[in-house]
Amino acid sequence: MSWIDQLLQSPPGWSNFLTFMALGSMMLTITLGFVTYAILAERKIMGAMQLRHGPNQVGGRFGLLQTVADILKLLLKEDIRPAHADRALFIIAPILTYVPAFLVIAVLPFTEAFHFADIGIGLLYYIAISGLSTIGIVTAGWASNNKYALMGGMRAAAQMISYEIPLVMSVVGIILFTGSLNLIDIVNAQESLAFIFLQPIAFLIFFIAGTAELNRTPFDLPEAESELVAGYHVEYSGFRFAFFMLSEYVYLFAISALITILFLGGWHDPIPYLELDGPGLGAIWFSLKFIGVVFLFIWVRVSFPRLRADQLMEFGWKVLLPVALANIFVSAVIKEFFF
Amino acid sequence: MLRTEEMLLNVGPQHPSTHGVFRLVIKIDGEIIKEATPVIGYLHRGTEKLAEDLTYTQIIPYTDRMDYLAAMTNNYVLCHAVETMMGVELPDYAEYLRVLAMELGRIASHLVWFGTYLLDIGAVSPFLYAFRERERIINLLNELSGGRLTFNYMRVGGVKWDAPGGWFDRVQEFVPYMREQLAGYHDLVGGNEIFLSRVKGVGVYSQETALQYSLSGANLRCTGVDWDLRKHEPYSLYERFDFKVITGETGDAWDRFKCRMGEIEESLKIIEQTFDQMPAEGKTMAKVPRMIKAPPGEAYVRIESPRGEIGCYINSDGKKEPYRMKFRRPSFYNLQILPKLLEGENMANLITILGGVDIVLGEVDG
Repeated sequence: MSWIDQLLQSPPGWSNFLTFMALGSMMLTITLGFVTYAILAERKIMGAMQLRHGPNQVGGRFGLLQTVADILKLLLKEDIRPAHADRALFIIAPILTYVPAFLVIAVLPFTEAFHFADIGIGLLYYIAISGLSTIGIVTAGWASNNKYALMGGMRAAAQMISYEIPLVMSVVGIILFTGSLNLIDIVNAQESLAFIFLQPIAFLIFFIAGTAELNRTPFDLPEAESELVAGYHVEYSGFRFAFFMLSEYVYLFAISALITILFLGGWHDPIPYLELDGPGLGAIWFSLKFIGVVFLFIWVRVSFPRLRADQLMEFGWKVLLPVALANIFVSAVIKEFFF
Repeated sequence: MLRTEEMLLNVGPQHPSTHGVFRLVIKIDGEIIKEATPVIGYLHRGTEKLAEDLTYTQIIPYTDRMDYLAAMTNNYVLCHAVETMMGVELPDYAEYLRVLAMELGRIASHLVWFGTYLLDIGAVSPFLYAFRERERIINLLNELSGGRLTFNYMRVGGVKWDAPGGWFDRVQEFVPYMREQLAGYHDLVGGNEIFLSRVKGVGVYSQETALQYSLSGANLRCTGVDWDLRKHEPYSLYERFDFKVITGETGDAWDRFKCRMGEIEESLKIIEQTFDQMPAEGKTMAKVPRMIKAPPGEAYVRIESPRGEIGCYINSDGKKEPYRMKFRRPSFYNLQILPKLLEGENMANLITILGGVDIVLGEVDG
């Protein structure tokens, strides 16, 4: 029994309350630290790819404090609420988007020792909770009482239905091979071979659907700047806007970590049979793979134009879903005859 | 059955994709546009009326501000109209300088269109690449005229200044560089499946419709009409150059894209040929009187601007100011087909179609 299970089963008291507080803050610090520097990294990488410098003024010549300054600025801004907005929903919408983004991180195992909640249906939990954020986005679109925001919210809802199903279907192959929904079991099943080699099609589908889940280019329809100005968060400013922004990047963190876990072998060394699975090395392997995935997301964002809403749905239903279903069938056959 | 309602939506004048202060009032059912009404005039400055109180030389900077992305062609159309009335013969050297300036301006204008169009469609990077190339052109034109956007370079009877030392070499260096970058654009954008699916078959109109709506420029040529005033009604020295008129087939946004990108290539060809033909030096101004007065009468000239057919009508009563002046501004005419094209399209296609028309609001509103 791991120490975290013992902690969970211990009687409530000040000491374990403080431990939970400490663990929670640790998780929050890691995630927000990632978000802070992911935004900076994105701006720097996009800058390099687009002949610009990116932030280079605040916090030295690498702009290390730029995001901190941005968030501080958002905190200091006036809290504007449109006169005809639905007050209660307008206030609750950013929270509805933000909370699930943090909830999903609880189940992600970063290394063998470093994970927060080890639940049997980790993968299912992730997919179920991450879908909740869309409710926040639709609420924001509705509550703003703005036509552009409403259209953005509606697009978000339509988009979620189209990508969520292929997203779930694409990982069924992995579940077949592992026989478990527990993310730690899935990582351990990849000790010799990462699933990206066994399930390349699933990886592609998952990556595409994941980009759609993140609302990033080429699937950034709910906030398509050139069409809907800013989409669902057009009326939001100050820290409420920051909540939407933060949850977007927390999801980037979460989905990149999930891809690392599901397809890239988590904390196991990338080259099998090298026996490089030392105690401290797991964190390094995980970080390297994870950074690679984040970079891939940024790269895609820089390179592609945006799809149209109807094209995204067509793509989701007519291409991704059938391919994902075929992938399940092929995986089942391979599993039956070769393993 | 759910009860649905049409929604009235104001797109612009502060919308990021209307390329200035253009406003569209659209009735939408979900995302489907039922009716679109363009509202223009936010940038109207009354150029034509103001011109009635200005001497011909004073009008030139006002023309810069109409189509501010291709100010050189606007300069030219005014000077050309006055020269036609006065019967001035231009020195070859001055004409070559004008052609160089106009063709560089055409490339710069198409580059802005390319960049902003891709921005409309959701890709940010091509915009910055296009502006890098445009920056080089702007710097060249800056050396030539002293301005980066509003050049005020041409005069009735010639050009204001000769090119500075080494300028021709720098233009010659630019041509192969631009070719290389153009190939890169085709790799990055022209072969992108997402881009193709966004523009192919969008905003289609037939040759007849294009002619009925008096479209010109790439908006007309995309339907397959072979009509370019540089070729079919040569002005300046264009009959001395060998270039193709790029035409499309289907009349959709993809053909308009191909037409404009092809025109960049053709402009580069013209620039190259200029250097083969051009005298090493010569006079930049023809002999014109100090006070320019167009003889009584009227004249209408038309030339090919990057956006289409730009015309200038002058009615003179022999004074130093025109009695009445009228510009045929291609963006204004090209815009008229918009309500017809937008009917039944969705929001995303609205941006694709509007961007494809390539309007400059300074020109639409005059």
